[in-house]
Amino acid sequence: MRIEAKDLEFGYNNNNNKNINNKNINKNNNKNKNKNIISRLSLTVDSHERTALIGPSGCGKSTLSHILAGNLKPQSGQVLIDNKPLPKHGFCPVQLICQHPEKAINPRWKLGKTLTEAWSPDAQFLEAMGIEKAWLNRYPVELSGGELQRFCIARALAPQTSFIIADEMSTMLDMITQAQIWQALLRIADERGLGLIAVTHSMELAKRVCSRVIEFESLME
Amino acid sequence: MSNRTSAAISASATLAIILAIYIAGALLPESALRANFSQKGLPPSFEHLFGTDFLGRDMFVRTCKGLSLSLSIGAVASAISAFIALAVGLAAALGSEFVDYAINWFIDVFMSVPHTVLIILISIALSRGAFGMMAGVAVTHWVSLARVIRGEVMQIRSQQYIAASRRFGKSSLWIARHHMLPHLMPQFFVGLILLFPHAILHESGLTFLGFGLPPEQPAVGVILSEAMKYISAGAIWLAVFPGLSLVVLVLLIDTLGHSARRLLAPREAQL
Repeated sequence: MRIEAKDLEFGYNNNNNKNINNKNINKNNNKNKNKNIISRLSLTVDSHERTALIGPSGCGKSTLSHILAGNLKPQSGQVLIDNKPLPKHGFCPVQLICQHPEKAINPRWKLGKTLTEAWSPDAQFLEAMGIEKAWLNRYPVELSGGELQRFCIARALAPQTSFIIADEMSTMLDMITQAQIWQALLRIADERGLGLIAVTHSMELAKRVCSRVIEFESLME
Repeated sequence: MSNRTSAAISASATLAIILAIYIAGALLPESALRANFSQKGLPPSFEHLFGTDFLGRDMFVRTCKGLSLSLSIGAVASAISAFIALAVGLAAALGSEFVDYAINWFIDVFMSVPHTVLIILISIALSRGAFGMMAGVAVTHWVSLARVIRGEVMQIRSQQYIAASRRFGKSSLWIARHHMLPHLMPQFFVGLILLFPHAILHESGLTFLGFGLPPEQPAVGVILSEAMKYISAGAIWLAVFPGLSLVVLVLLIDTLGHSARRLLAPREAQL
């Protein structure tokens, strides 16, 4: 499988961004149209390679991840999976793992429900992910960030998933937890032949985990 | 004693008193309301706690009946109102931009009309009585709770776990039912309880003015408007005790609402 982004254009102040409809911002934006955070960006990633996306803070890496996963709509350009656009309804084959697991989990749900929201993993899978049975009956406030991140990864690894985007997924964890989480994710990704895009600041992590390293700035013309 | 324990105690105590008033009123037999001309116009005593009126009816019994009637009308009216608020608030926050705009416009219109006038008009249009009044109160009181619910939904629909749920292929309805409703329940219940006193006061007020319940029913509004004729004759107990009981009931429900907020939505209660 292959994920392909063509001529993406995205700015947070643009007209068709529904969340911000402040007329003044739009007026300004027309004057300096080229201030978009993502402008004429193209990227192709195959599922047999592990790709690292590297760039300084605030350069648009996370925005790109959200566009690739279908959370945000680009103002122009498109994201294709095997030459087809991302599905509008139904399970998205590109799954995103975010930096803050506590924000990506409903605080009012017990973790068992969170885990099975996307699919029902078996006991063997949970063991491979390092998730203990007792945690399923707890609320998110009762677990640490590393433990919660395991749940985010586990639910993203549904059978229908073909690409994983790990957006700074281990940045806020300690070294040991980072190693454990990456090992678990890589093992399962290898078994299933999943594509992986790791978004990170850290060149060391990128070199250790990935087979191809892309500098974010080099993607835009 | 922790804040939570005291809130729980005050909530259950007020709830028990309110339920007791309701059950007492509902269980009293009609015969207790019968006129007894040998006992007419008696001031309060141990035999007749609130005195008797000029037909010799025991005012304590009538007040209990009236409060119980007010409670059931208030319950139905505020429940309908709260459900309208929930549906409208969800629709505004989850629907298209046009739906949101239209609903906000409607809320502004409803807020700009003095609602006592609106309730009187609706109640008369629906031939007065309990039904007309419930409809009037239900139709006019959903607006502020709808705004609160819309705001809550707007706030959580941008959360990452909602976006994640979308990527797992969940429909908007599923997300509203499983992610949003549990989050809205505290606001909804507290809003529902705090609508209650409004409904009861409007019911009594309208009945007092003659636009509500018919005079043969033992409503507090009816009692108060009858008492007007006798106050100048010195029978102030006919108005004072039923009126005070109504105020006490409203205060009890208000206390229940605020204790429920301390229990269910502690963060909002601190503000």
